[in-house]
Formats: sequence, C-alpha cells, structure tokens
Amino acid sequence: MDKLIAQTPCDGLLPLTIGAVSVTEVAPGAIHAVSAFQGQAKSLSEAMKAAHGMVLPAPNRAAGKSGARAVWFGPGQVMLIGPTPDPSLSAHAAVVDQSDAWAVVRLEGDGAEDVLARLVPVDLRPQHFKRGHTARTLLFHMNASITRVGEKAFQIMVFRSMAKSLVHDLKRAMEGVAARR
Amino acid sequence: MRITCPYCGERDRREFYYRGAAVDLDRPAPDAGPDAWDDFVYLRDNPAGETRDLWYHEGGCGAWIVVTRNTLTHEISATEPASGGKR
Ligand SMILES: [Zn+2]
Repeated sequence: MDKLIAQTPCDGLLPLTIGAVSVTEVAPGAIHAVSAFQGQAKSLSEAMKAAHGMVLPAPNRAAGKSGARAVWFGPGQVMLIGPTPDPSLSAHAAVVDQSDAWAVVRLEGDGAEDVLARLVPVDLRPQHFKRGHTARTLLFHMNASITRVGEKAFQIMVFRSMAKSLVHDLKRAMEGVAARR
Repeated sequence: MRITCPYCGERDRREFYYRGAAVDLDRPAPDAGPDAWDDFVYLRDNPAGETRDLWYHEGGCGAWIVVTRNTLTHEISATEPASGGKR
C-alpha cells in the first residue's frame, strides 16, 4: 500500500496576506466535543479546571489561550481544542473526538473586522465582541465558530470540507476591503 | 427581521429555519385516539394575533426555539428554548 501523507485542511491554500490583513492556518491539536451529562455541568467544570486549568465557558464565551482552548459551541456543548481530554472528564460528559474534522484559521490585522463584516451577520467590532467572546454564526453560507483571540485577531472554524470555500470567501472579502483603503 | 436566540442573543433571520406551529411539542399519547392524532397531524389554527412557532437556530448554536409572535403586528414578544430549561 502507498504511504499516506497527512495534509492539513488548508494545505496549499494558506497563508494569505492582502492589504493589512492576513489569514494563516492554525494547527489546533486535538479537537473534542465535550457535552455535560444532565445536571453535571458544575462537576464537569470542576474536572476541567483540575485537568486543563480552565472552567467550562459560559454561552458565547471561550476560555484558555493558544494551544489549549475551550470554546462554547452550542447549548450544553463545548469544544476542547489543543490538549487530549483528561479521562476524568468522561465521568461527567460525553467526549467525542472531532480532531481533523475542522478547518481552523486565524484572521489577523488592521481591518479584520471589516473583512468579517462583509461575510458575517453579527457585529464583531471590539466594543461588542471582545477577546474571549465567541459566536456560532454564518460565514457567508457556512456554519462557523468565530472567536476573538486577540486585539486584532479572530479564530475561525468551519467543517473541514469547507476549507476551500472559507479561504475563497475570506480572500474575496479581503480584496474588497484592501481596494477601499 | 431579527430573532433573539435564548443562547446567542439577537440575530438576523437568515440564521434561522422555520419549522411551523409549536403544536409539535404537544404530541398526543400513542393511544390518544384518531381524533387527537388527526388534530395533531393536520389541523392548524390560523390566528390573526398571537401565535407560537418553532424555529431552529440552524446557522448558529443549533437550538430549537419557541417564538411567540403577533401575525398582525409582526412583533415578537417572547423566545424560549423548546427544550424547556436552559442548558
Ligand atoms: Zn443560538
């Protein structure tokens, strides 16, 4: 059998810089959906704190930093990104491996909000969407998870199969923003 | 048109999918009899005024939402998770 070569979702598509904004692919590490069992959100949060140093984020919030994040993904669901989940979490939650299922990129630079304003029906300006805020929303026609991870930086996640569309749509919006500067 | 998701907050209508009357949540018992089932499957009110719908936050958090709105004024007076309590 031929030797298989691992490729990242955005292999050959990124990095990309247009004007003052750039997109780079993030190597997220492991990605696991963590969903608390009925009535166990509190004990799960304690187990997360003990094992990974961050509590369960509230709706529309993310915890942690580059390399180990917990991002709210929907009612009762958090995505643990980076570390392999500690086995202690499984006593309180359904833990489902979704590694490699998501394309993860970082959009950064002056005017990153202007790029997203062309694609996303949510106000992502810093006065409304601060560091540590996250949104499940649409990016053009794609379901996405968007988190502010820095003063001028966003982490964007879409299904891996959408990687090419994501880069295409970001590129077009970046060109539009750069043309008006 | 904007709908307030109980989890995500106020969002554009394009993020939502419309399912229909919230009567879906009041499913009769399996042995409730043909009249109750006929009513549940086929018969809908068409109110000029307040109505309750089921919407799905498809382009968002994935929650099913009961939306109370007025068909005359288009005012939305309440939104709540179809699952009952918040998770
Ligand atoms: Zn929502």
